[in-house]
Amino acid sequence: MWSLFRYFYRHHVVILFLFLEIVGFILIFSYNSFQRAGFINSSAHITGNIYDRYSAITDYFNLSIVNRQLAEENARLRESLLAQNRIDDSTSTIAFIKPDSTGSYHFIPARVINNSVNRQHNFITLNKGARHGIRPDMGVLSTQGVAGVVSHVSDSYSVVISMLNIRWNVSAKLKRNNYFGSLTWDGKDYRYALLNEIPFHVDLMEGDTIVTSGFSSIFPEGMPLGIIESFKKEGGDNFYQIRVQLSVDFKAVTYVEVIDNRKRPELDALEKLSNNGKDLD
Amino acid sequence: MARIWIKYLLLYIFVVLVQVLVLNQLQVSGYLNPYFYMLFILLLPVSTPRYLVLLLAFFTGFTIDFFTDTPGLHAAATTLLGYVRTPVLYLVSGRGSDISEYPSLKNNGLRWFLIYSVILVLAHHFFLFYMEVFSFTGFFRTLIRVIFSTILSVFVIVLSQFLIFRE
Repeated sequence: MWSLFRYFYRHHVVILFLFLEIVGFILIFSYNSFQRAGFINSSAHITGNIYDRYSAITDYFNLSIVNRQLAEENARLRESLLAQNRIDDSTSTIAFIKPDSTGSYHFIPARVINNSVNRQHNFITLNKGARHGIRPDMGVLSTQGVAGVVSHVSDSYSVVISMLNIRWNVSAKLKRNNYFGSLTWDGKDYRYALLNEIPFHVDLMEGDTIVTSGFSSIFPEGMPLGIIESFKKEGGDNFYQIRVQLSVDFKAVTYVEVIDNRKRPELDALEKLSNNGKDLD
Repeated sequence: MARIWIKYLLLYIFVVLVQVLVLNQLQVSGYLNPYFYMLFILLLPVSTPRYLVLLLAFFTGFTIDFFTDTPGLHAAATTLLGYVRTPVLYLVSGRGSDISEYPSLKNNGLRWFLIYSVILVLAHHFFLFYMEVFSFTGFFRTLIRVIFSTILSVFVIVLSQFLIFRE
């Protein structure tokens, strides 16, 4: 028995090293399953505060870019409103949408307090949380297009899985002819992503616009994702390899809107019902 | 004695803040991700018990994990650094020569400190970047990321020795 203790004592450094590495690996592997609620929620509270104060200072440096982005978005929105004849030119100069319109989407504005583009799994931290109505799995739009999806929420902060995360993809389609596929990031360049599952017979052009398909309840249909930068047929594959230039400049994301789909519980319940029916999928 | 511990506590806070608020915000490209916080482990006194070095390394890495939402990644990488630190210390100093208690640039000279930090930072980055992608696809791309980031990290670490820790 003593010799066992002595053995442990003599090798306590190696044993402690292996123990700590195992703890580290368990944390990394449990992360791989994407269910990390415990970790992120505990961290969002403490670190969110620090990031919040920090970004309050650094945001000043981005003001001119943000200003431009917001102005461009305003112009775009006004244009689409005009297209739908919702502005009554004669009565008022202020754009006005009837609040009771069937819109099941509700937008919560938020500010980015932490962001990264240089890792394989990038996340965005927002300065709003459960208190402001944000829940996990809500979509996040920047002024230029789709930015990500909410993964974890604390009381006053939330963590968003950025588009720039190799474990996430979004259902996308070609705006021109409605063929759909999935948009994934390959972890290489923060400006480009890949569109998969577009078969060879589809007619493509460089510069085609890619938008959300609206098949998931996370994003409404037609939110901008990017434009086709280049595409090629790879031997032995059934699908095009399409490189998409993302419409969002992830280095300059400052203000975002979180999408609350009011009809989502209804939709999810319905889809669950039909899945239970067949079970094989 | 107590003064030394307070000094190291301040160093710990300093390296974490620099890492989180400055270097993590530097989004140059995926190829250049400098890490600085390992300096805390590099500068621990030589006579620190090895189990304590390991625990501190794990703890420091875990603090960074907290901020970057990467549970375990930095903790595991820094623990590795903490483990190989002692052998590297003896390796770099050469047999028989006595190592000064504080492995800083000022006490040991630029050449010594450069070799010491390059070996340890390289080990740390190698582990970190390959665990992050978690596959050997794109092996060379990751290798380039490791090498470029190591150069930048060592540069930042050595520079900090000249600017801040001169006394």
